[in-house]
Amino acid sequence: MNKRSLVSIDDISREEIIDLLRRAQYFEANPTHKLLDGKVVATLFFEPSTRTRLSFETAVNRLGGRVIGFSDAATSSSSKGETLKDTIKMVSNYVDLIIMRHYLEGAARYATEVTDVPIINAGDGANQHPSQTLLDLYSIYKTQGTLYDLNITMVGDLKYGRTVHSLLMAMKYFRPTFHFVACDELRMPSQYKELCDSCGIKYYEHHDFSADVIGAADILYMTRVQRERFSDLLEYERVKNLYTLRRSMLEGSKPNLRVLHPLPRVNEIDQDVDESEKAYYFEQARGGLFARQAIICRALGIDTPTLTTSIES
Amino acid sequence: MTKEYKELAVAALRSGTVIDHIPSHNLFKAVKILGIEKMDRAVTIGNNLESSRLGTKGIIKVADVEFDEQVINRIAIIAPHAKINIIRNYEVAEKRPVRLADTIVGIVRCPNPKCITNNEPMKTHFDVTSRQDDDVTLRCRYCGHTVESSEAIIE
Repeated sequence: MNKRSLVSIDDISREEIIDLLRRAQYFEANPTHKLLDGKVVATLFFEPSTRTRLSFETAVNRLGGRVIGFSDAATSSSSKGETLKDTIKMVSNYVDLIIMRHYLEGAARYATEVTDVPIINAGDGANQHPSQTLLDLYSIYKTQGTLYDLNITMVGDLKYGRTVHSLLMAMKYFRPTFHFVACDELRMPSQYKELCDSCGIKYYEHHDFSADVIGAADILYMTRVQRERFSDLLEYERVKNLYTLRRSMLEGSKPNLRVLHPLPRVNEIDQDVDESEKAYYFEQARGGLFARQAIICRALGIDTPTLTTSIES
Repeated sequence: MTKEYKELAVAALRSGTVIDHIPSHNLFKAVKILGIEKMDRAVTIGNNLESSRLGTKGIIKVADVEFDEQVINRIAIIAPHAKINIIRNYEVAEKRPVRLADTIVGIVRCPNPKCITNNEPMKTHFDVTSRQDDDVTLRCRYCGHTVESSEAIIE
């Protein structure tokens, strides 16, 4: 097992999170920097994911490394019945780093146990997706100038959305106040509310996506409400449009408010919001490139310059 | 009648191990966990015996075998109050409770069908996250799902 692997956001400390964000800042200023000269990186995508894969592969290319891999398990030997262990052990012979996405939960953790090559988890089922969390944190930091003492409002599917759970776990270091806006079927699970309680983090639950809730927010973190999550389709039809953000709803919001979304967006953010200066989801995805460059360098033990801006409170 | 049977049965062992105070409904799970089905020594199993603490209990006696402590502690997951008696020359030479380790490898199956452990030829790995009387909470090291020991599926 390689200690520089990144499987879950819970594996890294507050200091390491801040260090990674500083490195991301550096890469935003210097996106093309040949730090990976001569390195080969595998991107093993047992489950397709266009955005995450392209972002990681761009990060490697901009750092001057080479990429091998596959984008679909159907084109890999796992379709012939090869175990994950065998695939990881075989690929480990060729590369310096493995970036993997898998449809099974815990796959990345298991991969770290069968190889000494560092593993970056690019998503394992509904479980963890730490690079998404780091890019979310990077967007929050960039748009607010700090990670501390912010009002973060999470909207939509708070029950199954792994991005909101990971973001909540990572924000526990930075004294946030959370507002959870969701229908009963998709409420924030109790284990995460208990985590807030144990860390002394204030949170408020709302059914209504009201002007008051939006007016208090520094960050609006929108998520997709998926039809397949509902046991009662009538309930889905009733709530599907209740958690849609329209541009008119941003009137009267704080000037520093920014709207984030892990993407893909379907109809939970109206197209007219895109024109608002408060829409930040496309820039957020762009920041994913820099966050991933930082994660890759950390995994390979490559020291990167950091900008001197203070992220501390 | 039950009491007489029990006393007679225990006394009959010249040397070996007696595992007492196993909850009746978990007796055969304990047999499975300890691999007793594959043993060639004399094995006596009693079940639904009277117990002041458990209501009814099960008991396992294996002649001429002394289990490794780590091995026998594996049954703590389903029999937290079990007592181990080591018999030598018809005497109880040692008597001790079982102790549940902080991590449990390869006994309990993860309840999450999408967990990697249910899809790869590998051992499960659970961490004990809380212990409350008879029930302990286990957390899968891979997928993070939790399971109560009373509902744990034994592999």
